[in-house]
Amino acid sequence: MTKQATAQKSNVAEISAGKPKRIEEHIIEVVSDSGEGAQKCGQTFGIVSGKMGNGVWTVEIIPAEIQPPARSQEGASGVRIRLGSKYVTNMGDQADLVVALNEQVLYNRIVNGAFRKGTVVLLENKWADDPQPAIREQYAAALADFKERGLVIHELPLEKECLKIVKNARQGKNMFVLGMLCRIYSRDTQRALDEIAKVFARKGEKVIKPNHELFKAGYQYAAENLEYHYEVPPEHEGIQKPTVVTNGNTAVGLGILASGMDMLAMYPITPATSVSHYVSEVFHHTGGFMHQAEDEIAAVAYAVGSSFAGRTAVTVTSGPGMALKTEILGLAVMCEVPLVVVNVQRGGPATGQPTKIEQGDLLSAIYSMPGDAPKIVMAPATISECFHFVITARKLAEAFRTPVIILTDANLATAVQPYDRPEPQAEWLSAPIDQSEWDKNIPPYDWDDETGLSPRPIPGQPGGEYVLTGLAHTKRSKVAYDSMSNQIGCNMRSRKMAAFAATLQRPEIYGDKEGDMLVVSWGSTMGAVKEAVDRMRSEGHKVSNVHLRFLHPFEKDLKEIFSKFKKVMTVELNYSDDPDMPLITDATRRYAQLANILRHHTLLDIDCWSIVQAAPLQPGMICEAVLGRLKKLN
Amino acid sequence: MFGLKADWSLDVQDRYFTLEDYEGAQPRWCTGCGDHGVLTAVQKVCREAQLAPEKIVNVSGIGCSSRLPHYMKTYGFHGLHGRALPFASGIKARRPDLDVWVSTGDGDCFSIGGCHWIHGIRYNIDMVVLVFDNAIYGLTKNQTSPTTPKDYGTSTHPTGSFLPAMNPLTITLGITNVSFVAQVVDWNPLLVYETIKMAHAHRGTSFVRIIQRCPVFVEDIHKEMMDDPSQILLLKHENGIPTNEAVERIYPNQVVHDPSDWSGAMNIARDESRVPCGLLYHDPEAPVYDDWSNVGMDMSDEEKIAGVNKALDSFSI
Ligand SMILES: Cc1ncc(C[n+]2csc(CCOP(=O)(O)OP(=O)(O)O)c2C)c(N)n1
Ligand code: SF4
Ligand SMILES: [Mg+2]
Repeated sequence: MTKQATAQKSNVAEISAGKPKRIEEHIIEVVSDSGEGAQKCGQTFGIVSGKMGNGVWTVEIIPAEIQPPARSQEGASGVRIRLGSKYVTNMGDQADLVVALNEQVLYNRIVNGAFRKGTVVLLENKWADDPQPAIREQYAAALADFKERGLVIHELPLEKECLKIVKNARQGKNMFVLGMLCRIYSRDTQRALDEIAKVFARKGEKVIKPNHELFKAGYQYAAENLEYHYEVPPEHEGIQKPTVVTNGNTAVGLGILASGMDMLAMYPITPATSVSHYVSEVFHHTGGFMHQAEDEIAAVAYAVGSSFAGRTAVTVTSGPGMALKTEILGLAVMCEVPLVVVNVQRGGPATGQPTKIEQGDLLSAIYSMPGDAPKIVMAPATISECFHFVITARKLAEAFRTPVIILTDANLATAVQPYDRPEPQAEWLSAPIDQSEWDKNIPPYDWDDETGLSPRPIPGQPGGEYVLTGLAHTKRSKVAYDSMSNQIGCNMRSRKMAAFAATLQRPEIYGDKEGDMLVVSWGSTMGAVKEAVDRMRSEGHKVSNVHLRFLHPFEKDLKEIFSKFKKVMTVELNYSDDPDMPLITDATRRYAQLANILRHHTLLDIDCWSIVQAAPLQPGMICEAVLGRLKKLN
Repeated sequence: MFGLKADWSLDVQDRYFTLEDYEGAQPRWCTGCGDHGVLTAVQKVCREAQLAPEKIVNVSGIGCSSRLPHYMKTYGFHGLHGRALPFASGIKARRPDLDVWVSTGDGDCFSIGGCHWIHGIRYNIDMVVLVFDNAIYGLTKNQTSPTTPKDYGTSTHPTGSFLPAMNPLTITLGITNVSFVAQVVDWNPLLVYETIKMAHAHRGTSFVRIIQRCPVFVEDIHKEMMDDPSQILLLKHENGIPTNEAVERIYPNQVVHDPSDWSGAMNIARDESRVPCGLLYHDPEAPVYDDWSNVGMDMSDEEKIAGVNKALDSFSI
């Protein structure tokens, strides 16, 4: 008997007929060519599970092209769902069970380290007798290879089963697979049927019906033919509090509405665009306007112009678009125009990796403008924070008369998670435009010496007439011809940051307040980092985590917090030199972006570990990296 | 000062604006610069229309001509090189009550701002766009601009500009949804005033190319035109820019041109043997982007909160 066969056998033995096996959590993937509906299948499964009270984290696997060649590795499209009894904060490590509609797309996931020995693969078997000999050969070769790699393969006649119900199996298989998964994981079938009806509501009964049938057939098929049958009991049955399920981009869009934002100006760019797709669909609910500009420069200029005229504005973009906006953001800093900028980071530089995650824009968000251009930079850690940070950012932008940059990323953008339904408040909305008379004696930049803050005249206010200028200016907004005005302007704009920093709290320490290693993180990696810290702590390691949400200026007392640990390191998703690489010495080593600024901020020898492998961090990788550094320490 | 309202009641405004109410800082343009006269005309048009200074926003890019907002006593936005149009569009987007004016140069509009020029014309947002075309980069001192004549020597092309000058009129006329294109020379105050007045009265983007003297760097280009008025082709029509006998006497070359005739306008613009002066094209019916961007501005907080709840509910589980 081969090793795999033993594994398969033991699995079967484990699952006694009838009674499902109780598990704490599972990671499930559905992969296919694009256009086969794997994402719809996974998202529906996630929503049904969320409704049952389970923890869920869903993340889409997106190919770079719209119509990549069929059965190609790079064309893999699909979804990963991490399903747990408890709250789930990240996509986890390797998958436990995978449904694949062809064997080639599995390779994409294999190279991305998505599977382990023993991962169960439910594979469409129609390729085994494809009319094209080349495909039959590919299929056979892959099958042998998968077994060699220790995957537990089950070949299933998915196409054939679906064809019993619909003429075009390509468009129905996803619901059949959903049925299978709902049986395997003992999901509530009524909730699933309701959800399917909702998904196809617009298309009417004639589409809902066959999809319901496909679902039921899949369920039945799994019950009769598959031994896998699990139960993932939620900690609490059903929904405890009002809950919504969205991805991070939709959360940003909802935040734009809830913050009373008057307009969104944008130019399409992956992975930010879906924010505007959503906002343009619903902006009329709050009377806002979505402007698709001719380029990112025009988009941010439009937003800045609008904000100058007293209307609250946001622009949403990603790396390359951010680069184009740089000059105008500098103007917004210089002229103290409130503005919210959301940068859904992707891999860079240049066009980089449009659909892939990276936290590579931290330094450019803080420093990319010529001259001294201080502004607030913040990064949400969860999907729910994507919503709330827009509201906070709008208020900060106005209170501190400054641009505020929110850094999210491709992982938050597409990951889906249930979270507490926000209760919209009147104070979240922007105030109406002040058009009362402005006291002529008050200059447009009436800087408070202590805080650098000043009120702002809005066009339409009689007596407030001034000419905003991007040239160095006096507090009357007159072009500065003297040497001191520029110094004073810079002092004041910088002072605002100090004033804002004074309002920030000390960040929370996850774990003990002292120990061997403090892992510092920011942005979307929080869930994976905390899970890794939990694992290491349960093994007796003295590891803690501090997660930063404000990157410029920083939250309070970082140096003091850090100095209680033998070593401090950041874990990030951007480039840094591995100290063991050729030619890398203390003098040449380039650090990860947060580590870089923390080093000069604290004057401590902060280490880092970071990768740019186009995928979110897995808790297992983080443990390995941190434990490696710990070993060197001891 | 007084106005008769639709219901025949007399509207007595409590403020009357004089030219002084629009005069900002002392202009710093060179003596003999064509920009001075345009500034005066803008101020006169504002006074004539009795525009409240606090409701006016003068937007500009960077260049000599882009200093204009500083010389007006209104709100102003002296932005960045090439970006006046998108800034102005954003200002107007949700503030239909504001009167938005753009001052831009040939480099600012036709070169670095080229993309915004094309799209600005297409958006057709309600604003006046004055392009001060001196055929040179003034502020940065004598570099070739898109409208510098071929073979003309500049600091960046000392042996002469390589390429034939761009024709901003044919380009602007060629942009879908163009609604108002006029051209004028800065040295005829009456024509400048009448052209700007008509541009301001039009709802949509009024594109006015002003052939502007820069005696410091390109004196000869414009001097030749001034010395020989026959180079100018005066456009006449009852729907065009009003002229008078004095003007008609100066410019013997005249043609009757109906501004609603786009092909005629294109033919006039294409003929580079003469400098057309007047209204080339006018379409008061062209769709105006403001009609989309102005929607929804009067919502109450309660309505907005209800809207957010509605949006959230569609994601509730
Ligand atoms: C991004 C950027 N590039 C270049 C400049 C330098 N610059 C300022 S004005 C100008 C050209 C101005 O020419 P034009 O628009 O014709 O205006 P004029 O001075 O002739 O009125 C240039 C190149 C700048 N300010 N910003
Ligand atoms: S350099 Fe030319 S355009 Fe600039 S102010 Fe002087 S004359 Fe006018
Ligand atoms: Mg010029």
